[in-house]
Amino acid sequence: MSGGSRIRPGDVKRRGFLKLLTALTAGAVTAPADAEAFDLDAFLQKHFHQMSDDEKRRTLQRLEQDYNDKYERDDFTVVADGPTPGVKFAYALNLSKCIGCRRCVHACVQENNQHRGREERGDQVEYIRVLEMEKGSLDLEKAVHDYDHEVPAEDKYYMPVQCHHCNAAPCVKACPVEATWQEPDGIVVVDYNWCIGCRYCAAACPYWARKFNWIEPRLPADEINPDTHYLGNRPRYKGVMEKCTFCINRVRKGLNPACHDICPTGSRKFGNLLDKDSVIRRIIDHKRIYILKEEVGTDPSFYYFFD
Amino acid sequence: MAATYVSYFGFVIKSVRGMFTGGPRYYAWLSFLVLLMAAGAAAYYRQAVLGLGVTGMTDQVSWGLYIANFTFLVGVAAAAVMMVIPGYLYHDKAVKGGVLLGEMVAIGAILMCLLFVMADLGRPDRMWHMIPPFGKFNFPVSMLAWDVLVLNGYLLLNLHVPGYLLYKRYRGEEPAKWLYLPFVYISIVWAISIHTVTAFLYTGLAGRPFWNAAILAPRFIASAFCAGPAFIVLVLEIVRGWTRFPMGDRLITFLRQVVLIAGLINIFLLISEIFTEFYAASAHVASARYLFFGLHGHDALVPWIWTSISLNVLALLALVSRRFEQRGLVVRNLPLAMLIVAIWIEKGMGLVFPGFIPTPLGEIVEYLPSANEVVVSAGIWGLGLFVMTVLIKHAVDIETGAVAKNN
Ligand code: SF4
Ligand code: SF4
Repeated sequence: MSGGSRIRPGDVKRRGFLKLLTALTAGAVTAPADAEAFDLDAFLQKHFHQMSDDEKRRTLQRLEQDYNDKYERDDFTVVADGPTPGVKFAYALNLSKCIGCRRCVHACVQENNQHRGREERGDQVEYIRVLEMEKGSLDLEKAVHDYDHEVPAEDKYYMPVQCHHCNAAPCVKACPVEATWQEPDGIVVVDYNWCIGCRYCAAACPYWARKFNWIEPRLPADEINPDTHYLGNRPRYKGVMEKCTFCINRVRKGLNPACHDICPTGSRKFGNLLDKDSVIRRIIDHKRIYILKEEVGTDPSFYYFFD
Repeated sequence: MAATYVSYFGFVIKSVRGMFTGGPRYYAWLSFLVLLMAAGAAAYYRQAVLGLGVTGMTDQVSWGLYIANFTFLVGVAAAAVMMVIPGYLYHDKAVKGGVLLGEMVAIGAILMCLLFVMADLGRPDRMWHMIPPFGKFNFPVSMLAWDVLVLNGYLLLNLHVPGYLLYKRYRGEEPAKWLYLPFVYISIVWAISIHTVTAFLYTGLAGRPFWNAAILAPRFIASAFCAGPAFIVLVLEIVRGWTRFPMGDRLITFLRQVVLIAGLINIFLLISEIFTEFYAASAHVASARYLFFGLHGHDALVPWIWTSISLNVLALLALVSRRFEQRGLVVRNLPLAMLIVAIWIEKGMGLVFPGFIPTPLGEIVEYLPSANEVVVSAGIWGLGLFVMTVLIKHAVDIETGAVAKNN
């Protein structure tokens, strides 16, 4: 009965029919202790684009308060720093250097306050999936997702995949309520207070980059990163979609994404596409570039390159 | 004016009273459906509290039983059009009575469609984000936004036409053509559109090669016009067997032919699809190989799809041979029931699930609905069939004169 049991959300175990029926008849369905209570302000909150500056300010304040209460802290900040004119972000990843250590995966989970699953790998929300590939082949169907041995292995290379921040993003087109869109600096974001959780975007994404909150996300208070962005790493809710935002909370302050900074091999390069002297421009202009699934026509802001 | 309202009020009261008056078998059936609904409501409550994690869906297979049922029922709803065309356009008396029943089936089916979409939402509390003046409706870019729009439109059309005709009938008056015929024409085009748009929901996704095929939309229509009328025939047979509703053989014969032709086209399209997928052995074949033969030891869908194909073929052979047409109620309708099951499987196990397997990154994670998900789905079916039943009962009451203005 366990089809995709490997990534089952940890809190909700599959039950047998009988158990279910007893639970139903006994009315034994109780809300988890940390479930959201109904909040009229949150319910009536407008689409991010439809809020006036004043409304945005009040919303951010309310969210800070809510998060502080919910996670019993007092240091939450939720900002909404806008894009800088003349900046268009892009990412490049060196396939000749990546050793598949997955340090980026974990740094990302920390930075972005993702749902922490149980011990087993894959049971938490992870924006980056590192694929172990056969040398000499770009065939994703031969990729190994759950390798668990010393890296790098002989005759293998490693290809981390995350949101490509497509300039013709299928997910943006799919969303029936415009809960996901591309910002002027190229970052594709989700408004977690507007998403209705239909998951059409997840079906549309060719890079399997979108992750859904199947249950109330579990986020231990002492593992929280309290410096958050409205369109980025603020804690999410049950039933909404999320994804990589190039660490919008960092990059809009001039920092690099967390995955970039943690990488021990320097495989990851990030920068402003519109700046002629940026590292990202040098790579695009001088290296051999590979665009994953170029034929799908997504025009991504994420490039792979080789030395 | 006032008199109209009084009369209309009387119509509603008498209609509702009629809907809930019947023999013991009728009450038993309704009670059974109410039980289903109650179980479904409890299971849905559990889902609402704990989240969609109580279903079998995962990030890998992010749509499941709900969307599969939705897709199937859009077909049933669209099929009502098969009765509308001959009934209203050609004034075929034998068909006309049945048209009303077909439209009642359509209403129930669309209601279920909308409920299945709702059950699938992670944030049903934010439904209003889809409602234009308050929300932010991504129209016309999002195919899902289109789908919601056309489904609701179709529901309104199907409420208006039979509602008006029955009311006139109740008053013993001739209906005014201009008040319903234009809507009939619109609903014919509309029926095709709800199904086409639902197909586009899948074919529009360039990142999913299994769905991103031009043949999907025509296959959708063909299978809908097979399963839909088959469903309606079963309803007609029940109505004919248990009530005094005036209905000749012609309507049923006509519908059985529609089922047969659409079924043959569907099989033909299926064969062309399989041929193109496998003969060229393109890289796109992974999902299809998984579906029909299994992939790297994963083969949960294989028995389902072959069951579906076998039922399809056997049922069509039975229909072609015409051997069973004069037999008893069960025997002659068995092939139709088989087709309904076959196409239901084809939509879920054959279309929705394999589109996600393997994932765009080549990972294979299989999907099986959870018990909770099955109970919610059963509840929605219960509700849809309940609505269908009382509406059909109502149409029968009026057509047989059991409910009329002057009695
Ligand atoms: S990679 Fe997927 S989620 Fe990211 S922008 Fe492209 S389609 Fe959207
Ligand atoms: S899950 Fe949310 S972001 Fe994705 S398409 Fe649906 S409403 Fe839009």
